[in-house]
Formats: sequence, C-alpha cells, structure tokens
Amino acid sequence: MLKSWKVRIGLSILTFFVLLAVFGPVVGGDPRANDIQAISQAPSFQHLFGTTQFGQDVLAQTIAGARGSMLVGILAAVIGTLIAILVGVPAGYFGGAVDNGLNFLTNLFLVMPVLPLILIVAGYVQGTGPFVIALIIGLFGWSGGARTLRAQALSLSSRDFVLAMRMVGEPHRRLIFCEVLPHLTGWISAMFLHGMIGGVMAEAGLAFLGITDSGSISWGTMIQAAQQQSAVLRGLWWWFVPPGLCIALIGTAATLVNFGVDEVSNPKLRMARRSVVVRTRKVAEA
Amino acid sequence: MLTVLTVLTVRWAFLARRLGFYLAAAAAAIGLNFLLPRLMPGDPSSAIVEELERVSGQQVPAETLLSIRAIFGNPHANLAQQFADYLRQLSHGDLGVSVVNFPVPVADLVWQALPWTLLLVGTTTVTAFAIGTLLGVVAGWKAGSRLDAILTPFTTFLSSVPYFWVALLALWVFGFVLGWTPLSGGYDADLPQGFSLAYAGSVLHHGVLPAATIVFSAFGGWLLGMRNMTVTTVREDYVLLAQAKGLSPRRVMFRYAARNAMLPSFTGFAMALGGVVGGALLTEIVFSYPGIGYLLYEALQKRDYPMMQGVFLLITLAVLLANLVADLAYVLLDPRIRARG
Repeated sequence: MLKSWKVRIGLSILTFFVLLAVFGPVVGGDPRANDIQAISQAPSFQHLFGTTQFGQDVLAQTIAGARGSMLVGILAAVIGTLIAILVGVPAGYFGGAVDNGLNFLTNLFLVMPVLPLILIVAGYVQGTGPFVIALIIGLFGWSGGARTLRAQALSLSSRDFVLAMRMVGEPHRRLIFCEVLPHLTGWISAMFLHGMIGGVMAEAGLAFLGITDSGSISWGTMIQAAQQQSAVLRGLWWWFVPPGLCIALIGTAATLVNFGVDEVSNPKLRMARRSVVVRTRKVAEA
Repeated sequence: MLTVLTVLTVRWAFLARRLGFYLAAAAAAIGLNFLLPRLMPGDPSSAIVEELERVSGQQVPAETLLSIRAIFGNPHANLAQQFADYLRQLSHGDLGVSVVNFPVPVADLVWQALPWTLLLVGTTTVTAFAIGTLLGVVAGWKAGSRLDAILTPFTTFLSSVPYFWVALLALWVFGFVLGWTPLSGGYDADLPQGFSLAYAGSVLHHGVLPAATIVFSAFGGWLLGMRNMTVTTVREDYVLLAQAKGLSPRRVMFRYAARNAMLPSFTGFAMALGGVVGGALLTEIVFSYPGIGYLLYEALQKRDYPMMQGVFLLITLAVLLANLVADLAYVLLDPRIRARG
C-alpha cells in the first residue's frame, strides 16, 4: 500500500498536521498575545503570516488552530465510528428484526438534513466548547458508515469460517469480536479517516456560522473572526487564507490516501492512471 | 401476462415499502421538532413570551400565547395533550410568530424567502450536475488522458476545500479587489420590487457571484463520481460489443456507457434537489442573500426559536419528498430494482 505515491504523500501531510497539533503550541508562540505595534499588518519578517486586527500573529493562531480543529475532528470521528460499528455490525450480523430496527434508524439519519439539524440542536444547547461540538458532529454523522458496515457484516456472517465457528458452539459475542470485526478493520480505518476530515470541515462550518464558543482557537473560529471583522471588505486576505488552506490540505491528503487505497483494491481504477496508460501505449507502439 | 403481473406487484410492493418509510421519517421529523424544545433545559415558551413582550413593549395577545404554547410546550399540560395541540397548530399551517419580526407569522417570512433560494440553488444545482457529469463521462471515457490527468486531481483538491472559504475568497477578489459584483444582498434595494427590466437585471447582477461559487465547488463531486463509474463501465462486455458493431464512438460513449454509469449520479442528483431548500445555507450567509438559509442563520443568531423550528421543518420535509421522488424515478430507470423488489 505504501508503494502508491498518493498514499505516501497523503500520509505525510496528515502526519505533519498531527505533529503540528501535538507539538505546535510549544514552538508556535502565544496566539492570543496582542502586538499593538502591529495591527492588521501584511505578512513580514516579524510576522510571517501577518497579523489580525487585534495585533495577533496569524501564524501562531494557525498553529494553535491545528490543535483545536484536529481535536474536534478526531473526537467526532471516534464517536461517529463507534456508533457506526454498534449499529451497523449487529444489523448485518443478526439480520431479522434487529436488522429491521437498526436499518430503519440508519436510513432515518441518512435522509435527515444534517447541517440544519446540527444548527438547531446547537442553537438550543448552551455553551458549545470543542467537546460538545465534537459530540454533536459525531452523533449526526455516523449513518453512511453504518450502512457500509451493515452490508459487509451481512456478507461476512454467512461465510464458511463464521458458520464453522458457530457450529463449534462459539457465542455470538465471540463470533462478532473475533471473526467478523477483524475483517472489517480496513473499512473501519477508512471510515475513521473520512470521519476525521468531515469533523474538521464540519467544525469549520459550525464555527463560521458562529455556533462554537469563540474563546477556543481553531481554523474555523479564525475564519469566523475574520468574517466578523469584515476582513474581506478591508482586504486582510492573510487573515482567512491560511486556515482555509490548511483545511483544504488535510482534506486533499485524506482524499489522496483514499484514492490510493481504492486503486490498490480496484484494478479497473488502477488501469485508468495516467502513468499506466502511457506505459501501456508505449508498449503497444513498440 | 403472468410475468407482467408479477413485475407490477413487485414494483408496487417496493414503492409501498418506500412510501411507508418516508411517512415514518416525516413523523420522526415532526416528532423531533416537537420534542427538541421540550427536552432542552428551561422553558422556551416562557422565554419567547418574555422576549416578545420586551421587543414589542406590549402584552402578548391571548391567541398568540396559545399558539406559542402549542408549538413550544405548555408548562401546565401533559405531553400527550401538548402533542395534540402541536399537531392541530401545524395542520393549520401555523408555524408560530417570529420573535425578531414580531408580529409577522413565521410561515409568511418563509414563503417570502423561498423563491430566492429555489431560484439560486435550483439553477446552480442543475448546472453543476450537468457540467460535472458531462466532464466526468469524457474524463472517464479516456481515462489516463491529459484532460483526465489535469481535471481529476484538480477537482479532488477542490472537493476538499471548505465551501465558505472559496466563497469568501471569491467575494474578496471579484467584489472587493475588482469591484465587478455587489458585496451583499439579492437585489438593488433602491429599485421598486416587481417585474421590471431594471429590477430583474439587479437580481441577476447580485446572483451571478453566489451562483458561480456554488457551481464551482459543486461540479467536482459530480465529476469524480461519474468519472469513476464510467471507468468501470467502459470495460463491460456490452460496451465492447457496441464498439465491435461499429457504432460511432460518441454513440457508444453516451448511449451505452454513460447511460448505465449515470444511475448512482442520478440518485445523488434527486437528493441534491431536495437539499435545494436548505442547501445554500453557507452561500446565503456569505453573500447575505435573502433566502431560507439566511433566515435560519438570522434566527439562530437572535435565538428566534419559532423561526428555527419552522425553517427546519420545511427543509426536512423537502428533503424527504425529494428522496421519495428519487426512489420512484429509480424504479422507472433501473429494471434490476423491479426484479429484486
């Protein structure tokens, strides 16, 4: 899998941002320090990414924002993936009435418009720190994953090795955890990655809508602060460009990883890569 | 004769099941709308009444009080009684009174905002789907060609960029730096509203940039999906057969490969149409466009609960309806669904 350059580049970018989120705030300087000498300044040697209208260093904020955004993204992904496993796997494995109930639940969450729903819930909940936001995002973002896991568990549950173990007399609990789940790790990790990116994007969207507590620093709250202070109308582009670019980079990295994995598992897509096409054409012409 | 009959009954059984699901989902949405304000700490209906009296400076009329309590919970009634009141209120099309725009009913404000959203998001959704799908077919048909090698990575990057950020950037470049488009709003406020040429022109002028940003960030998703489906379809036997028969490449590409590759995209498209009502939330906020999304945003900022509830109900029902239509269309388009039931 690491042979694919897409997977390699994607994973390196993701690793970089994870490291930035963990160690960044140690080296990044104080994101809240106000430098009154430098207000709304364009990028310079003193402030590589420029300063906000409050004289805060945009670079330091972007680094601190990595932690805020990644924290919400990872938490939301953990919650969403867990629910997806808890709903999807039993539905596919047991079938029958269990499946009917759980599948109805999944379909319900699948068709509900998620963003307005999150907005409404967040509107009622008072005090929305990163944990509450991650919880809300995870609670409403598990249905797609549950559907995939259900289909996979359904096909696994009737395979020979599961049936054999069942005839040996193993309890369902053990069959699910020791026979079915290990075969789903690939799906689950892809789902987790997807959920993390979705979480980062959703957090940014919610922060932009002014839902999240503006005291915490994340890429979303940075863009929201810029929007609130009409940075666009005053030409302070360095305020909102870096955080958005970071989100785009992480999203691209995750898509690259997914593409690479797809190409490894689906030969038809691998055949469609330009390098392969050019190579084949050369061979054919020779 | 018998087979025709079986196909028909299977189809009806499938449709009836889907219809049942959507009815249940609609019931769940209405139930959620009913329960949410009642589950939250505090008593929203008293808060709303207080807010109304503060805004208007007068006592709330008795019938408004009844309507608010029906929708947001009457502290003196039990839950079953409350739910009955709530349903009666909804069946009259009464969504309550907006707190911020007292005493305008929520339903009126929603009807005012709806055409703006439908016009902006409806046209852009169709445009983005058409462009993306067409380019996707071409890219997937000649997978690995130069066009594919440029378009596909570019749209991959595009689909990972947060939409509102693109919109902000566009607003800054075209609205602020170049000054080509207005910075906010949906029409020129100085012109009288109506069917005049000048007014239509101002609506168009205000709508171009929001529309362009939506198309720009949405077509990539359609392109990627369609491209990958086409790549997979191109290698099917019936495509090879069509080519062997000597049909023109264009005919094989569109009538054979694309038609089959399009099924998943088509379902997505029908669902996207349902999302039209609530879909352009972020667009409308960035450009201060007077549609449903902006209404919801304003309601949220000012804690206008009746408005939030009403808009959410409308958005959800629209999505459910579109999903139902998507299912119906799918039955017509894909014979395999009919066979399977």
